[in-house]
Amino acid sequence: MMGLNVSLFSLLFLSGWIASSIRLMTILLLGSLGAVFTARSGITNIGIEGMMLMGSFVAVWGSYTFGNPWIGVLLGGMAGALVGLILGVLSISVGSNQVVSGTIINLFALGLTSFLSAVAFGTSAPSQVPSLGIVPVPLLSKIPFFGPILFQHGLLTYFAVCLVPVVWWIMYKTPTGIIIRAVGEQPEAADTLGISVPLVRYSCVLVSGFLSGIGGAFLSLGQLSVFMENMIAGKGYIALAALVLGKWSPWGVLGSSFLFGAADALQLRIQSMGLLDIPVEFLQMLPYVAAMVALAGFIGKAAPPASMGKPYIKSR
Amino acid sequence: MDTLLEMKNIKKYFGEVKANDGIDLDIQRGEIHAILGENGAGKTTLMNILYGLYHPDQGEILIKGEEVQISNPKVALHLGIGMVHQHFMLVPPFTVAENISIGLEGQKLYKLDLVDIEDRVRELSQKYGLEVDPKAKVSQLSVGVQQRVEIIKVLYRGAEILVLDEPTAVLTPQEVKELFIVLKNFVVDGGTVIFISHKLKEIMEITDRVTVLRNGTKISTVHTKDTSEKELARMMVGKEVLLKYEKVETKKFEKVLSLKDVYCKNVKGLSAVNGVSFDVYGGEILGIAGVDGNGQKELADVISGINEIDSGEISLNGQNLNELSPYERICIGLGYVPDDRRGVGLLTPFSISMNLAIKHISQQPYKKYGLLNHAYIEQNAKEIIAEYQVKTPSGQVPVSNLSGGNQQKVLLAREISCQPQALVISQPTRGLDIGAMEFIHKTLFRKKSDGTAILLISSDLDEILEVSDRVLVIYEGTIMGEFIPGLIPIEEIGLMMAGVVKKER
Ligand SMILES: Nc1ncnc2c1ncn2[C@@H]1O[C@H](COP(=O)(O)OP(=O)(O)OP(=O)(O)O)[C@@H](O)[C@H]1O
Ligand SMILES: [Mg+2]
Repeated sequence: MMGLNVSLFSLLFLSGWIASSIRLMTILLLGSLGAVFTARSGITNIGIEGMMLMGSFVAVWGSYTFGNPWIGVLLGGMAGALVGLILGVLSISVGSNQVVSGTIINLFALGLTSFLSAVAFGTSAPSQVPSLGIVPVPLLSKIPFFGPILFQHGLLTYFAVCLVPVVWWIMYKTPTGIIIRAVGEQPEAADTLGISVPLVRYSCVLVSGFLSGIGGAFLSLGQLSVFMENMIAGKGYIALAALVLGKWSPWGVLGSSFLFGAADALQLRIQSMGLLDIPVEFLQMLPYVAAMVALAGFIGKAAPPASMGKPYIKSR
Repeated sequence: MDTLLEMKNIKKYFGEVKANDGIDLDIQRGEIHAILGENGAGKTTLMNILYGLYHPDQGEILIKGEEVQISNPKVALHLGIGMVHQHFMLVPPFTVAENISIGLEGQKLYKLDLVDIEDRVRELSQKYGLEVDPKAKVSQLSVGVQQRVEIIKVLYRGAEILVLDEPTAVLTPQEVKELFIVLKNFVVDGGTVIFISHKLKEIMEITDRVTVLRNGTKISTVHTKDTSEKELARMMVGKEVLLKYEKVETKKFEKVLSLKDVYCKNVKGLSAVNGVSFDVYGGEILGIAGVDGNGQKELADVISGINEIDSGEISLNGQNLNELSPYERICIGLGYVPDDRRGVGLLTPFSISMNLAIKHISQQPYKKYGLLNHAYIEQNAKEIIAEYQVKTPSGQVPVSNLSGGNQQKVLLAREISCQPQALVISQPTRGLDIGAMEFIHKTLFRKKSDGTAILLISSDLDEILEVSDRVLVIYEGTIMGEFIPGLIPIEEIGLMMAGVVKKER
C-alpha cells in the first residue's frame, strides 16, 4: 500500500515536471531556433534577451489595446523583429563588434520597455489583459499519462516544437539553407556567386527577432498574463547557451532548450514543495548552473560556423 | 576578328592607390589571353571589375559590342563570365555538389536536388577531363582538385569566358599540364580564356595574346608568337630583368641546423615525416624539392615547433630544440616563413606596421613604459617598406588590402629582419612576379653571405635548382636522395620526386 503511494506520487511528480519543463522550454526554444538562423548566417546574436523583452511588452500592450492576445503575439513578434533590425544595422551595415552591439541592445530594451510600460499603464500594470490559453489536442490529450504531458499546452508551444523539423528542413534540405550556411561559413564565396551577404544576414536577424519576440509574448501572455519590468530575466542568455549546447542545429537546440526548461521546472517544484531548506536564490540559480556545466562539459568538438561574429564589409 | 569583350578606360582607385588607371582590354572569341604584370599591377582588380565584384570609378564594358553594367557577379555569370579566384572561394565543410548549388538559379525552392547536380557535375568532369567526386567534402580535397571544383562551378553556370587568376601558382607540374589540356578543350568547345600568371614560360606555352599591365596602366597587347620571355619581362618591369643570375659562392661555416631521424604526424594524425636527417650549414642554402603534399609542410612545422615531434632530434647550434616552444625557438635564432601567409604567417586585418613588429612586440624599443612605442613601430615599418619595395601608400594599411605578392614581401621582411641564424622558408615566391622573385632570391643570397643557414622548401623545381647549393628530394616524408644542382640530369630528379628511384646518400 505504502509502496504504491510512493510510486504514484513519483509518477505524478514526473508528469507534472515534464509538462512544466515543456512549458518553460517554449520561450527558450523559440529564441534559440531564431538564433540558429543568425548563427548559421554568421552573426553572433547576443540581443535575444532584448528581442524577447520588447516582444513581451508589446504583446501585452497589443493584447490590452486590441483586446485580442493573438494580435498581441503578432505585434510582439514584429517588435522583436524591429530589435533584430537594429542589431542588423549595427552588426551588418556598420560592422561594429557584435557582442557589444547585442549587449547594448539588451540594455536599451530594458530601459525602453520599463519606460513605455510606465507610459502605457502608469505605475500599476493592468491586472487583466486577454491572454493565451491552453489548447488540449483533441483525442491525443486523453491518452493516459502522456496526454497531459505532451498535448495540453498553448498553441505557441506546439508551434515552437513543430518549427524544429521545419527549420531543419530549411537549413539542410533547401537551396535557401545552403545559401544561409554558405554565408555563415565563407561569405566571400557566397559573394562571388552573386549572393548579397547583407541581404541574407538581414533576413536572418529579422527571423530571429520575430521568433524571439513571439517567445517573449509567450512568457507575458501565455504564462503570466502581465508585463513586469525585466521579466525575461536572463532567459535570452539561456537561449543563447542552448544554441551553443545544441551545436547551432535545430534538433540540438530542441534538446538543450528542454534540458534548461527542465532545470527551471525542477527548481520551481522544489521551491513550491518547500521540501528542502535551501534559499530561493540558490534554487533560482539552477538553470544557470545547468547551463554552465553543460557548456563546460558537453560541447565536444563541434565547431561554430566559421565566420560567426565576423562582419563582412567590402569595398565595391 | 571577332571581338567578344571590350573594357574601355577602366579606372579604379582605392584611396590614393590607383589600382586601375585607364585600362583598355579587348578579348577575341576563342583565344587564350594572358594578363601579365607585377604584384600590385592591378590584374586582380581589373578582373574583379569584369566579374562585378568591384564597381569601376570610370570606364565601360562591352560584350559583343553592347555596353553592359555588371553590378554583381550574378550579372557576370548571366553574361557568361566565370571567374576562378586567386584565393579559392569554396565552403570547406560543404560537399562539391553543395558548393556548386550555392545560389544556383532554377532550383526548386523547397527541396535541394543534389542528385541532379551530381549527375551534371559528372558529365562536365568527363567532358573536360576535370576529375572530381561530387560527393566529396571540399575540406578533404587537395588544392589541385579544389581548383577543378572552382572551374566546374563556373562551367556549370554556363561560362563562355573563363577568367583564371594565377591558377598555376598552387599546382604541381603535372597538374599544370592537366589544366592546360582542360583549357584547350574548353577553347575547342567555343570558350574563351583570360589567364593571369607570373610564369612567362606558361604564358609562352599556352596563350595567343598577352596584355601587360604596369602600375595600373596598360603597357601593350602583343601576339604571343611575336614576342619572347625577355621582352615580356622588360615590358612588365620597365627595365631589363635577369631571367637567370649567378649563384653567390660563399664559404661554408659551422653546422647550424641539424635534424636526426625525425618523425612526425600531420593534422589528421597520419605519419607525414618518416625518419628525416640532414644538416644545414651556415652560409649555405639547402633546398628541399618535391611535389606538394609529401611532408614538406609538416617538416617545416616540426622544425619551427608548430608540429609536435614524435621521435628524433632537432638542434640549433648544438642546442636541442625538441622541448622548446615556437617562441623560444625564435628567441634563440630560428626564423620561419610559412607557405600559408594568409592563415599562419600574417594577421591580415592588422596594419603592415603591426605585422612587422609583432614578433618583438614585448621587447625594447617596440615597447616603451609598458606601452607600444608607435613612433618606433611606424618608423621601423617605413624603413622596411622602402627596403623591400612593398607597394603601399603607408604602413597603416591593413595587410589584407595588399596584393598577394606584397603580402609575401611583408612576411619575408619580418622574418629576415630579426637576423635569424637559421631560416626555414617555405614556398617563398609562390604567386610572386619575376621582379619580386629576383628580389627575394637576392635577399636569400645576401643572408647566405652573412652566414645564415637557409632551408628552402619549394615545389617549384626551377627555383630550387637556381638558388640552392645542395638539394634533397622528399617523397612521402622520406628523403629520396641528395644532389648538387647541375650535376645530375633533370629526368633523374623527376624520378626521385615521383618516388621511383632512391639514391643512397
Ligand atoms: N580592397 C582593396 N582596398 C585597398 N587597396 C586595394 C584593394 N584591392 C587591391 N588594392 C590595391 O590595388 C593594387 C592592385 O592590386 P591587385 O590585387 O589588383 O594586384 P595584382 O596585379 O593582382 O597583384 P598580384 O600579382 O600580387 O596578385 C595594389 O596596390 C593593392 O594593394
Ligand atoms: Mg592578384
